Amino acid sequence: MQTKINDNAKNININLVKTIYTQYALTLIVLAIAYGLLMLLVYQGIIDNYILRLMKEIGIFVIAALGLNLILGFTGQFTMGHAAFMSIGAYGSAIMTKNFNMPFPIALIVGVVLAAILSAIIGYPILRLKGDYLAICTLGFGEIVKVVIQNVDYLGGARGISAIPTKTSFAIVFFGAALCFAILKNLINSSKGRAIMSVREDEIAAEAMGINTTKYKMISFIIGSSMAGLAGGLYAHFNTFIDPASFNFAKSTELITYVVLGGMGSLSGTVLGTAILIYLPEGLRGLGTVMKDYRMLIYAIMLVLMMIFRPQGILGKREISIVSIKRFIKGIRNFSFKNILKRKKVGE
Amino acid sequence: MSLLSVKNLTITFGGLTAVSDVNMEIGDHQLIGLIGPNGAGKTTLFNMLTGVYKPTHGKIEVNGERIDGTKPYDITSKRISRTFQNIRLFQELTVLENVMISFNFQSKASLFESIIHTPAQILEEEKMKQEALDILKIFSLDDKAEELAKNLPYGQQRRLEIARALAAKPKLLLLDEPAAGMNPQETIELTDLIRWIKDEFKISILLIEHDMKLVMNVCEYIYVLSFGQIIAKGLPKEIQKSPQVIEAYLGKGAAK
Repeated sequence: MQTKINDNAKNININLVKTIYTQYALTLIVLAIAYGLLMLLVYQGIIDNYILRLMKEIGIFVIAALGLNLILGFTGQFTMGHAAFMSIGAYGSAIMTKNFNMPFPIALIVGVVLAAILSAIIGYPILRLKGDYLAICTLGFGEIVKVVIQNVDYLGGARGISAIPTKTSFAIVFFGAALCFAILKNLINSSKGRAIMSVREDEIAAEAMGINTTKYKMISFIIGSSMAGLAGGLYAHFNTFIDPASFNFAKSTELITYVVLGGMGSLSGTVLGTAILIYLPEGLRGLGTVMKDYRMLIYAIMLVLMMIFRPQGILGKREISIVSIKRFIKGIRNFSFKNILKRKKVGE
Repeated sequence: MSLLSVKNLTITFGGLTAVSDVNMEIGDHQLIGLIGPNGAGKTTLFNMLTGVYKPTHGKIEVNGERIDGTKPYDITSKRISRTFQNIRLFQELTVLENVMISFNFQSKASLFESIIHTPAQILEEEKMKQEALDILKIFSLDDKAEELAKNLPYGQQRRLEIARALAAKPKLLLLDEPAAGMNPQETIELTDLIRWIKDEFKISILLIEHDMKLVMNVCEYIYVLSFGQIIAKGLPKEIQKSPQVIEAYLGKGAAK
């Protein structure tokens, strides 16, 4: 009898593993189809080079913003020096391809590893700080990186590095972003991920429940910074020119805006937020000659309105999934003025 | 050898001695009360036991092993867990996740396995989930498992905090004013629950509480703390008659 029950439990478990792995396979197929469709549109000429370039840029910054969301949205550590890790990845990989003729993938890995090592070195002392203090410290770190690069001749100083070979293809960006998304999604949906979120919620309670908060802050900081390093490497071989000013404080702030607008603690929100905020200034160019001059103003006003009316970001902490889309469609179907009137009457 | 033994425990903040020279022994499977007027140092004592504060002097031993000065998460893995006076749940996480976080330090999955989601990791997660649901069922919170902790009513939040502390599989459970803010009916239910937990899980409980009815009802032994010092200890009956205790609560003259 006992063995029978055990067998049953085993079967359920095997089925569970199977369902989860089937989901992974399906996701991969969907991704491949999505990529195929996009490429088809490119060959048909429906997506022109300008849009393709924009999509690459969005993909690159999605990677950086996802990394930032892990630190900012899931771990609750306010860092303002994320662009500095992008610059380390960018310089590291650019030097590799340009001066050492390394293959592109190896150059990217060097950039990621450099960013990870540096984040571990500076993360260990400064992650003990909280809130504003951490923000100021990371801000200072960002400036230090910028100034150091400016003064190292080997790295081109303030002139930066130009004529970096163009290597970043849309495929690398697309699947790189998907990989980062998958890594974070899996991490968040695990015991380690819950530990990371508990640090955001309440550090004292987390420690009392057996969570080594310093360790989990470090894990999230290193993974997040590595993703910034990857994004930096891709950016260098996309833009073919980098200088210290391309990764200044303003860039860090921009990344924070992407994350906050999409929703801190929502991965799909970060993708959405980044896409909207990078597309918007470009899309607003089409408004005609008069309005064109005001496009940055409109951009700013939209941000302000967003923060007033939806401070939690577009998605808050929720994710876009098949279930949530179904629920949304159902909500729209049931939406009618009759219902609103009914609800009001009940309220009275 | 007792489960927890505290020897000459003292902590000073600047010039203020918050807890001075406290000695305490807790054996297996006991229900001990810790009472005292406001500001007596009860929570400070808890914070030292759980590693939030580092004592200035003295020793804390669990099963003969010194734990004073170690980190709170290490102390949790030595099977001591606690609740907080002002509820400290993980507000934006679900009820289920709140409980599952307590299993983290027992998890065997490495970071890499957590990212890849290996079969072993998936099975471990499933096991944790079932265990967490079992614990929630005890506290009749299993139907709220998917709700955010912040959306629970106050009484259920208190219960969830105890559930979360129990999920860490403690041998000694520290409850910091579990009945604070509860109505009389809820307090009665809590009294039964505390007794039941002690017997069901075979653990010791150290309880800080201002509700004297609850304390006198459930505790087998009581320590009274006033101005950082243990002024009395004994059975509930002895404590009720102790002139020092009456003086500490009501002032001189009342004891006569």
